[in-house]
Amino acid sequence: MHQPGDLDVTRRGVLMGTAATIALTAGSFPVPAEAAIGDAAPQQTLTPVTSTVSFTVNGRDHDLTLDTRTTLLDALREQLHVTGPKKGCDHGQCGACTVLVDGRRINSCLSLAVMHQGDSITTIEGLGMPDRMHPMQAAFVKHDGYQCGYCTPGQICSAVAVLKEIEAGIPSHVSADLMAAPKLTADELRERMSGNICRCGAYSNIVDAITEVAGREA
Amino acid sequence: MKFDTPATTNPIDQLKVIGKPTSRIDGPLKTTGTAPYAYERHDVVPDQVYGYVVGAGIAKGRIASLSVAEAKAVPGVLAVVTHETAGKLGKGKRNAAPLLGGPEIAHYHQAVALVVAESFEQARAAANLVRVEYRKTDGAFDLARAKDAMGDSAEHKKEDSVVGDFAAAFAAAPVKLDETYSTPDETHAMMEPHASIAAWQGDRLTVWTSNQMIDWAATDLAETLKMPKEKVRVISPFVGGGFGGKLFLRADTLLAALGARAAGRPVKVALPRPMMANNTTHRPATIQRVRIGATADGRITAIAHESWSGNLPDGKPETATDQTRLLYAGANRLSGTRLAHLDLPEGNAMRAPGEAPGLMVLEIAMDEMAERLKIDPVEFRILNDTQVDPEKPERPFSQRQLVQCLRTGAERFGWSKRSAEPARMREGRWLVGIGMAAAFRNNLLTKSAARVRLDKRGVVTVETDMTDIGTGSYTIIAQTAAEMMGVGLDRVVVRLGDSSFPASAGSGGQWGANNSTAGVYAACVKLREAVAQKLGFNSADAQFADGQVGSGNRRVPLAQAAGDGELTAEDGIEYGDLDKKAQQSTFGAHFVEVGVDAATAEIRVRRMLAVCAAGRILNPLSARSQVIGAMTMGVGAALMEELAVDTRGGFFVNHDLASYEVPVHADIPHQEVIFLDETDPMSSPMKAKGVGELGLCGVGAAIANAVYNATGVRVRDYPVTLDKLIDRMPPIG
Repeated sequence: MHQPGDLDVTRRGVLMGTAATIALTAGSFPVPAEAAIGDAAPQQTLTPVTSTVSFTVNGRDHDLTLDTRTTLLDALREQLHVTGPKKGCDHGQCGACTVLVDGRRINSCLSLAVMHQGDSITTIEGLGMPDRMHPMQAAFVKHDGYQCGYCTPGQICSAVAVLKEIEAGIPSHVSADLMAAPKLTADELRERMSGNICRCGAYSNIVDAITEVAGREA
Repeated sequence: MKFDTPATTNPIDQLKVIGKPTSRIDGPLKTTGTAPYAYERHDVVPDQVYGYVVGAGIAKGRIASLSVAEAKAVPGVLAVVTHETAGKLGKGKRNAAPLLGGPEIAHYHQAVALVVAESFEQARAAANLVRVEYRKTDGAFDLARAKDAMGDSAEHKKEDSVVGDFAAAFAAAPVKLDETYSTPDETHAMMEPHASIAAWQGDRLTVWTSNQMIDWAATDLAETLKMPKEKVRVISPFVGGGFGGKLFLRADTLLAALGARAAGRPVKVALPRPMMANNTTHRPATIQRVRIGATADGRITAIAHESWSGNLPDGKPETATDQTRLLYAGANRLSGTRLAHLDLPEGNAMRAPGEAPGLMVLEIAMDEMAERLKIDPVEFRILNDTQVDPEKPERPFSQRQLVQCLRTGAERFGWSKRSAEPARMREGRWLVGIGMAAAFRNNLLTKSAARVRLDKRGVVTVETDMTDIGTGSYTIIAQTAAEMMGVGLDRVVVRLGDSSFPASAGSGGQWGANNSTAGVYAACVKLREAVAQKLGFNSADAQFADGQVGSGNRRVPLAQAAGDGELTAEDGIEYGDLDKKAQQSTFGAHFVEVGVDAATAEIRVRRMLAVCAAGRILNPLSARSQVIGAMTMGVGAALMEELAVDTRGGFFVNHDLASYEVPVHADIPHQEVIFLDETDPMSSPMKAKGVGELGLCGVGAAIANAVYNATGVRVRDYPVTLDKLIDRMPPIG
């Protein structure tokens, strides 16, 4: 149990708690040898600049050579065929592409794949599959916390991360006391989940699902 | 199966599976990211490449010159499709503007080119190098100006619906209202962008896409490409939301097909999010005038509803006055739509077209009228209930429980605690208000077919081109087959969204659930006959239960009927004139509590309740989700959603999810839904009706009325945003 005094307030942690749509990037930033900075001849920019990057996805190692313009989302979906993370807007506005990077949620569309050297990436598939579902996935099914299903992987990845953020004592915009441990209230969940849009409007059911899982874990 | 007499008792009435809250059978796929959506079909065809759409940079005019040389020079680019290279294209009758523009440009972001490349990144970069010079012409983009230009011309009133003498009755009414309201353009903003993969095998075309209406898509794709429909196959098993935005063939599908032909490779295309609002269809803005006259004791004697909207030349009006023809009594009536020519992108159906904006207006007017009459708004509506079509009194409603919805809702929500006088309830910084509105949406009947198969393991497989756009079709179709064949849900497989399956009603107009399950019912009746015959039962006597078929003392496993080969049956539902003899509609009542910040006028929705009477509820779990989802969309319509029109440039400015605001988690409280017990034997053997749009109908007005009750500020111009309240708020005290 976290005590208020335990709170390890980092700038990064505070940002994470305040807006789910802010993408934070981690890891080293390899500078591709081919991309000499300042070499701006148009013909050069037409030829794809590639770089290698290595990361793990759902526990599996991947060594990729990628066009440096490739987002983490497109690397997952188009290169690795890990299609659980969805492309709803490609601009960090909808949250459908949410994945966990080293345990923290990000919008994978706002992050270039080559920025994730050495990272451990978990997608919805890594949380659970139909034959062994994560408790959050099962709770979404039970409470009908989805309809068309397109935002659902992002909602579930966010939900799992939100409970960890609250457990870690990271406050949000609706936390009354920034130095107290945030409470597991519906308002806290709604605030923290607001970067994940569900146009089918399953919000009421999603909050029920998260609340049930949170209660079970508490 | 022809359905032309009211349903009697049938196997669905057992309610062993139907009517039970049932988790979606596609839930494990959707919650694990393994349900395959169109753009993700790496599995269906090898060597896919990427198409990226270029949208027109003007709203109206011509392409003066088009240069694709720079784009073609980009490494990895395989082809560029434009009107110059696409060959002669037709146009499906459901599209107002051509899906590939040029040389004429009909609207902003109309597609003018597709760049095909080995990678998405290459295609996107090359698309930016397609050089298009335009010659702009003037267009009409301002609905209010277009309305003024139309004036009071009789030309626009030729098709008005008129009963009695509205003008005289309105003039004579002791209490009356004459107000004008407006609703903005809205965009569907479904989470999955329009996306397609197209592959040619010789002269045969297959598209994996995201579409609500498989048969329409196949028909219009063939029409546009001028090829036989038999050579087109459309596959769309999972649809990431549609709300009417995916009813029709759109540019992603056509351009993927053209790109694949040009590149000689399968091509995948998704519309970039910022292109969706202007490239595709939207719900048109309306200006609506409502006039109501009543006796001093609150009986409506005269009611008129007129609506102005705009569209491209082949487009239709927003039918915002339809519900007013059927919802309330009144001997003297007038309603009609007036269509202006606008050069904005095509206006077309968005969830509950007509009723959604129509009830947003009518139900504010009813609230205002109740206040003028000093009658409770719930009682005012009850007083003016009608059990017959007010335009054709010989025509009853098949079922009409509006009064029960209103009374149940009022009691459950605590309506009696509401202050009739506005701006009287205060909780700390919040002014609190309660509002309500009636909900109404017609039940539409349309034919729908299915094929069912029984294999030797006793597994029943249903195949129909019906789609599941989040509506729960997979599950209610499985429930229907399980109930009919007497098996558990684990013995049923449902395959949807493929034009090689029998044509269904598709998903739209809240007609999907009743019609598609009725089609499956018809096919199952045929399969039951085949099974009975095979096993030596009289089909009229045979009972199907617990995986067995029986009659008298004899019981035989269902699977045995397919022991020496699969049994297949195909049939569909077709309708007679039951819906002409009686009006089939769905009813509801919305109740909403809001808090409005006394200082800033910030509006927060605090409580929501919907009571619905919509025939048999096939799956209360997914039906409830349909209703709360619609209520959520209603919060958007009431409080935030508005496509801002640039009336000089002729386009929607806020064309992405950052600037077009839709409700998020923080905007939506816990929502309650009550379904009244109802079966409608006139609707189909399922005795069900639609519910997916009913939940949106009226909810916006309930919110607007709650804001009025909280603040005393009446806003008649949606969305109700704080800037429209702030200078008229009650003094802070």
